[in-house]
Amino acid sequence: MSRQRDDYEKSWWKRFKGWVDGEWDPLASGMEIRVPGSKPEERVTAAPKYLTEAGTPEEGSPAKGAAVGSESPKDPHPSLYDGRGIRYFRRFYQIMSVLLCLSIIFVLLWTVSYLPVFGNAGNPDNNEVSARYIERGLQETGAVNIVTGMILDYRAFDTFGESCVLFIASCCVLVLLRIDVEVKDGQSESGLKKRLAEANDRIYEPKNDIILQKCAGVLVPLILVFGIYIVLNGHLSPGGGFSGGAVLGSGLILYLNAFGFGKTERFFTEKVYRRVTLSALTFYCLAKSYSFFTGANHLESGIPLGTPGAILSSGLILPLNICVGLVVACTMYAFYTLFRKGGM
Amino acid sequence: MRFFEIILLFCLVVCAVSVGFMKDLLTSIVIFMSYSLIMCVIWVLLQSPDLAITEAAVGAGVTSILFFVTLKKIRAIRKEDGHEQTER
Repeated sequence: MSRQRDDYEKSWWKRFKGWVDGEWDPLASGMEIRVPGSKPEERVTAAPKYLTEAGTPEEGSPAKGAAVGSESPKDPHPSLYDGRGIRYFRRFYQIMSVLLCLSIIFVLLWTVSYLPVFGNAGNPDNNEVSARYIERGLQETGAVNIVTGMILDYRAFDTFGESCVLFIASCCVLVLLRIDVEVKDGQSESGLKKRLAEANDRIYEPKNDIILQKCAGVLVPLILVFGIYIVLNGHLSPGGGFSGGAVLGSGLILYLNAFGFGKTERFFTEKVYRRVTLSALTFYCLAKSYSFFTGANHLESGIPLGTPGAILSSGLILPLNICVGLVVACTMYAFYTLFRKGGM
Repeated sequence: MRFFEIILLFCLVVCAVSVGFMKDLLTSIVIFMSYSLIMCVIWVLLQSPDLAITEAAVGAGVTSILFFVTLKKIRAIRKEDGHEQTER
């Protein structure tokens, strides 16, 4: 950081950094964004329209009228509205739900009875694919733990999809639970502050619960070390990126509960989350693309497999495990903070 | 060992059924947590420790915590708040 380039403001790196940190969005101009409650007059005009529509029941939708008939006050059928209809509907609803549950249980048990016997040698899963995994997995992937060798080498693209699914799930939670900090036009500032204060229970932070803090002080380092151990030893012992990442995330959540958001925001903010997730997923994608490309074209990948059993062995599996663990840990933590305060 | 497995499976069914019949949401979440723990032990007995670690961390840990936070957000847990207010 000795000197900035003169055209730093226009450079690609600046734009990329802004995109990662969420300051600049290339899609923002093309999207229709309407914050709920930002245009109150529209909702007022929309409400009577709905009422008039409901007041004159159309001929084209008798099924819809019957479905909501027990709740709507302007019901065209008075016999459904006088209380007896609701009781009939409730009784019908209970019977139908019990019937549905019983039929689902019956279908599932019926299917289970047709499954092949557990551990039988003639089962369809004992085919040449699993035989090859078991016989040559160690020399082809270099991982002592066959499960990790399978999910991060033979089937690494599935695992990439799973990491992306987690990331997309956190995006959905963000969409549903995030509170907009910017004041949109048409919305008073006091109302926004009220909403923020209502959703934010950090006012009582930190709670300074002495039992929780002492327990967390003992437990959190152990949990974090155990999580890192699971992630790093994924190719040698049971575990791997997902389980280790979940353990790490739970440790972070415990730390957050004990000491409050002020302590965790010193090292984990939304920027850190974005950067870590993006770089981990990008590295995973590039590394696996390289190894699949070389593998499919029968080229030498140049990645040493090392001696099986050593910590630095089995080629790409160790860095991929670290990537998956980082993504999962960040996502677990992000879920919790989003649920708590609607932001990170 | 066979006997232990049967006890665990029986507890699993009892937990699964009683989650639905609990009136209190908090109690049903705690029972759901214990369901996950029993499931975790069963995974170990079925010789898949990978799944056991994941089940313990995700099923018993993170999911239950998220349920608790949600209950607090929708104000389904009221007793604790009242208790804190009387203390202050």
